[in-house]
This record gives sequence, C-alpha cells and structure tokens, in this order.
Amino acid sequence: MNIIVSVKQVPNTTQVRINPETNTLIREGVECIINPFDMYAVEEGVLLKEKLGGKVTVISMGPPQAEAALKEAISLGCDEAILLTDRLFAGSDTWATSYVLSQAVKKIGDFSIIICGKQASDGDTAQVGPGISMHLGIPQVTYVKKVEKITKETARVERMTEEGFEIIETPLPCLFTVVKEINRPRLPSLKGKMKAKKAEIIKWGAEDLGCDFDKIGLDGSPTRVVKIFTPPPRKNGVILKGVTSEIVDKLASELKNEF
Amino acid sequence: MDILLTEEQKMIKDLCRQIAREKIQPVAAEYDEKEEFPWPIVKILAESDICGIYIPEEYGGMGGGVFELAIATEELSWGCGGIALAFAATGLGAFPIILFGNDEQKKKYLPKIAKGTMAAFCITEAEAGSDAGSIKTQAVKDGDHYILNGTKQWITNGGEADIYTVIAMTDKSKGARGATAFMVEKGTKGLDFGKKEKKLGIRGSATREVVLTDCRVPKENVLSREGMGFIVAMKTFDYSRPGVAAQAVGIAQRALDEAVSYAHQRKQFGRLISSFQGLQFMLADMAIQVEAARAVVYRAAKVVDSGDKSMAKISAIAKTFASDVAMKVTTDAVQVLGGYGYMREYPVEKLMRDAKITQIYEGTNQIQRSIIAASLIKELKKK
Ligand SMILES: Cc1cc2nc3c(=O)[nH]c(=O)nc-3n(C[C@H](O)[C@H](O)[C@H](O)COP(=O)(O)OP(=O)(O)OC[C@H]3O[C@@H](n4cnc5c(N)ncnc54)[C@H](O)[C@@H]3O)c2cc1C
Ligand SMILES: Cc1cc2nc3c(=O)[nH]c(=O)nc-3n(C[C@H](O)[C@H](O)[C@H](O)COP(=O)(O)OP(=O)(O)OC[C@H]3O[C@@H](n4cnc5c(N)ncnc54)[C@H](O)[C@@H]3O)c2cc1C
Repeated sequence: MNIIVSVKQVPNTTQVRINPETNTLIREGVECIINPFDMYAVEEGVLLKEKLGGKVTVISMGPPQAEAALKEAISLGCDEAILLTDRLFAGSDTWATSYVLSQAVKKIGDFSIIICGKQASDGDTAQVGPGISMHLGIPQVTYVKKVEKITKETARVERMTEEGFEIIETPLPCLFTVVKEINRPRLPSLKGKMKAKKAEIIKWGAEDLGCDFDKIGLDGSPTRVVKIFTPPPRKNGVILKGVTSEIVDKLASELKNEF
Repeated sequence: MDILLTEEQKMIKDLCRQIAREKIQPVAAEYDEKEEFPWPIVKILAESDICGIYIPEEYGGMGGGVFELAIATEELSWGCGGIALAFAATGLGAFPIILFGNDEQKKKYLPKIAKGTMAAFCITEAEAGSDAGSIKTQAVKDGDHYILNGTKQWITNGGEADIYTVIAMTDKSKGARGATAFMVEKGTKGLDFGKKEKKLGIRGSATREVVLTDCRVPKENVLSREGMGFIVAMKTFDYSRPGVAAQAVGIAQRALDEAVSYAHQRKQFGRLISSFQGLQFMLADMAIQVEAARAVVYRAAKVVDSGDKSMAKISAIAKTFASDVAMKVTTDAVQVLGGYGYMREYPVEKLMRDAKITQIYEGTNQIQRSIIAASLIKELKKK
C-alpha cells in the first residue's frame, strides 16, 4: 500500500514574535520545523507502511529550505521525498497550494492514501488537505483519530467531532487529515538520520508538474489578503439570575439597549 | 566542542540530546522517587539505534566505539545519570564480549544488546571490592560445564539484564591467573537475584545481588579462556571508564546549566544574584571544570578506541578527573541555588546525589590514582 504524506514547513511558533505594525509573523531568524500536526501524519504513514508494506512518499511545497523538513520526514521512516519548489509558486493561497500538491500526487500516480495534518500552525486554515482531495476528485475524511481497518479497496476510520467520534468507511484512494490523538510520533532513529543525510530529495517545478500557469502563484490565487488584524476578544456573556419573568424583562430591555 | 565530531557523531549527540530533553528529563524525578527501572526509556533508546552505537556493524550495531558511547552517555546523563546508567552499564557488560568473545559468542549476544537487551558485569563481592583479586565465587569444571557458586554484590542492571558476565575463580592456587570470565544468561537454573538496594543516588538504576547456586554454565560460555578472568575485567574497565567519566560530565553540565539559569532569575538585594562577582566566579569555575573534564574524556575515548597500550592511564585519569569535577560542580550548583537547591522540588540536589557514585564504581578514585601512579612508574622504568 503506497502512501503519500503532505507536510508543510512552518516557523517554530514557540519562538515566533508578531510584528505589531503589520501583524505578520517575524520569520527572520526563526527556526523552521515540520508543522506539528504533520508529525502525526508522518507517523501514521510510517505505521501503516510497517503494517501493510509499500512505501511512504512525503511531499512538500515550499522554498528550497523546506528540504530540511523532508529530510526529517525521511529520518522518521518515510522512504522518498519530493520538494515542490518554483518561484512561480510564490504567493499561492490554499487553493493554489492544494492544486500544486494535487498535481504532484497525480505525477506520483500509484497511491492508496494521502495523509495531511489537521491544519498548519501558521496559516491555520485547515483547507489544504480537503483542497487536494477536491482537485483529485477523491474522497476525504478530516480529523481522523484512528484508522480501524484497511483493505485494498476500503478503509474504516474514526473521525473526531466535538462531541465524540464518527465511524466512517470510505473507498480508497482517499485523503485523511489527522489529529494528534491518532498516535504518538516516534523520535528519529540513528539509521534514519543517516539515511536522511544521504537522501536525494527530488525537486519538481511548475513545468515538471504540468501545472496550468493560471492556477498557481499569487496571480492564480483567488484569495486577496485585504487586511490582517487581531480580532477584538469576545466579550464575556452575562448571566442573568432571578425569577423567570424578571429575567425575561431584563433580557428584553438589555437587547433593546444594545441594538 | 562539536567541531571535534564527525557528522555521524554529531547525529548521535543531537539525537541523544533530544531523547534526554524530550523523554528523560521530564520523568527523571519520578524514577528517582519511585526507584523503578526505566524500561520505557530503554525501549526508546533501542528504537533509536542508540543501544547499538558501540557494537560492530557485523553484529547488528552502528560500528562506533568508546567515543560514541561517551558522547551518548554524556547527553543521556544530562537528562538523568541513573536512567542513562541502564545504557552505560550495559556497555560494561558488553565490552567483555566485544573484546574477548569469539565469533559465535558475538553473534549470539551482541545483536540482542544492539536491539535493547540489557547486560551486566559481575565482579564485586561483599569481601572483594577494590581488592577484586580476593573474590570467592568459584567455578568448578564438570564435563562440558562449569558449576558456579558464589554471591556477587551491587550489580548494576542486576535482575533486569538478560546477559551477565561473571568473574569466578577456576583455580585459586594460581591467584590472579586463576580467574575466568563466564557468560551467564538470565533464566539459567541457579542464577538468582537478591533484593534491590536502596541508594543515595542513581535511583532509577537497579543494583542487586547476583546469586549463583550450583549454576551450570556450558563451557562454550567461557570468554577468552580459563585463567583470563582478571585480564578480561581489567581490559573491560579500560574501555568502560571513559563512559563513567562521560556520565559525570553529563551530570556536571546539567548542574552548570541549572545554576546559570537560576542565578540569572533569582533576585536578592534588589539585583540578580548573577550580577554578584562572588557568584559569577563560582559559575566560571564550574564551566572551566566541566569543559576540561569533557576534553579529557574525549581524549581518553580516542586513545582507547585507537587500541594504544597506554590506555589504562588516560582512562583512569578521565574517570577520576571527571567524577571529581561532577562532585564539585554539583555541590556548587546546590550552593548557587541556596536553600532551593537543597529541596527535592529543584533538580540540583539529585545531581549531587547522582554524581557521588561516579567517584566510587568501576574502581574508586583512590584505586584510579593507584593505577595512574603505577603507569607513571612503569613509564619511568621504560625510559
Ligand atoms: C497571515 C496569512 C497571510 C497569507 N498571505 C498570503 C498571501 O499573501 N498570498 C496568498 O496567496 N496566500 C496567503 N496566505 C495563505 C497561505 O498560502 C496558506 O498558509 C497556505 O496555502 C497553506 O495553508 P494553511 O497554512 O492554512 O495550511 P492548512 O490548510 O491549515 O494545512 C493543512 C495540511 O495541509 C498540508 N499542507 C499545507 N500546506 C502545505 C504545503 N505547502 N506543502 C505540503 N503540504 C501542505 C499539511 O499536511 C497541513 O497539515 C496567507 C495565510 C495567512 C494565514
Ligand atoms: C551503585 C553501585 C553500583 C555498582 N555496580 C557494580 C557492577 O555493576 N558490577 C560490579 O562488579 N560492581 C559494582 N559495584 C561495586 C563497586 O565497583 C565497588 O563498590 C567499588 O569497586 C569499591 O569497592 P567497595 O565498595 O568494596 O569499597 P572498598 O574496596 O572497601 O573501599 C573502601 C574505601 O577504601 C579505599 N581503598 C581501598 N583500597 C585502597 C587502596 N589500595 N588504596 C587506597 N584506598 C583504598 C577505597 O577507595 C574506598 O574509599 C557497584 C557499586 C555501587 C555502589
């Protein structure tokens, strides 16, 4: 069973500071790490491979430095790594990013499962995983917390919800996004680290992927960032106490005053 | 000092540092308190290939030597000197096989050790500590077997390990040439364990009696040959002492780190205590000693790995110096933290308790100094 894991390199948010003028992350001098949720995606991919055989290919779209994230994924047990890197990708929003990733998946071809993290710790949209599945026209299950059963054609997984979980059975190939309840990521092994050091990271650009140039980069991205700001904190609710009829009156008059 | 390391050694150091910080440090106080054996950590070390770093590649290891063992032991001991000892004392149990085992013995035991099986080395007895030559455990030949009788004391990894190297007398009349080294596997009839000792420090490490009662060991389990027991033991210590020294450096480095970070947040007289020169000089002296100890450990490990005949001396020097440094630096760290340092809620009193053992086991520092002096005199005679 061949598995593709999609990882994003992100700034280590425990060290990140925000520029108070632009409200953007100060990325300079900040260590880059694999998006924490993607560590669970990598671990799940490797666990499935260990159980079912096959190989794990890890992909990432990003600048050349993202090679470090891919090497780390190899040290954790992934077999092959592909970096999708091209100046033309710069400025891609979640839609364009997932398009590029889906093109890479098509080029890889033979796969049963794609695993993404639940969301990225910097962008935080949780859109890229679902985006890839839509571009590919394959099913998706988000927030997977357990893979219960897998056969050649189907998978049964538990999907975390706010109240509990759902059990979903899906045909393969399929895309999962995973939550941190799914496993406990291992530490790298020495052999893995050595393998990672020697590993050739394959690099694909827009042309290699046969991308439609209108769908990538800033120009290919429908999102326009108009303004970035910190939303004001939500005010605390008010709890009214007393006899019901009094509370109703009070509520009505408060609402009248507010609006 | 990372510039002295190869890429591979840096990887070992980084990985062990990561394990120490993420996996060992958070549980160290708990193991100290509960005095349990750290099997979950051993499992992590095995999965990370650390257990095999000093074992030859053809026997399932990573092909490193004493140097690799030392850098790993230092980093792990930074997290907890007691937990790290499960790994380091397995080295002590493994070196006799690496150095004196035949191909068959190596094939049988080393791949297991590389995968996380624990080993132990048994020489000390109640009446034979520094004077190891006076051990009373006997091995009597009986056909294709030897029958072992005797009680070994304070054996690190005792009861937890699967593989025991035991030094026993096969011919008392020959004195030092009458001892032999045996491999005894856990589960062998007649191999039993006494109660776990309650200790001052390294309480995450298991120390037990190893009791041999008519324990039949096949003659294939003799290491080297009959009569070589003390040579096996002495050579083994030459190889293992840089590891004890590295354990000491790891503990001392941790004490320094804790002291510096505490001094830079504690205020008295309206100022950070790190601004007082009296304290700064203490911190500086601690740093000087730790750095020097690490340097001598690296050198000793390199000399031992080279196989040079002079190794006994430098190995003893490293062990003595680094363990004395650890004792001094950890004591000073408690001083820097003042009353807080004396409290179990803070990590430094444990470092002081853990440091003490490094001056005692694998030959007390008095015995080390005797070895060093004997080497000096031998060198003089050669000139
Ligand atoms: C403050 C801010 C500013 C932005 N500015 C711009 C801008 O100027 N122009 C613009 O076009 N877009 C902009 N973006 C969007 C940016 O491109 C997205 O962050 C990016 O597409 C990934 O989305 P995400 O971080 O939300 O990932 P998510 O959708 O939260 O990630 C989910 C999962 O998808 C996978 N994944 C995500 N990204 C990648 C990747 N690169 N490679 C491999 N796998 C991946 C991982 O498995 C990850 O766990 C901005 C976003 C933010 C929050
Ligand atoms: C926690 C722990 C773990 C251990 N693990 C192991 C193990 O795994 N395997 C094993 O075989 N042993 C082990 N030992 C035993 C250890 O190696 C001995 O304790 C050590 O060699 C000292 O022996 P002793 O305790 O009998 O002290 P003694 O030999 O009785 O020494 C008492 C004091 O006299 C001094 N002294 C003795 N002889 C001389 C001399 N000639 N010149 C100057 N001073 C001298 C010593 O330095 C010491 O200060 C362990 C001990 C401990 C405490």
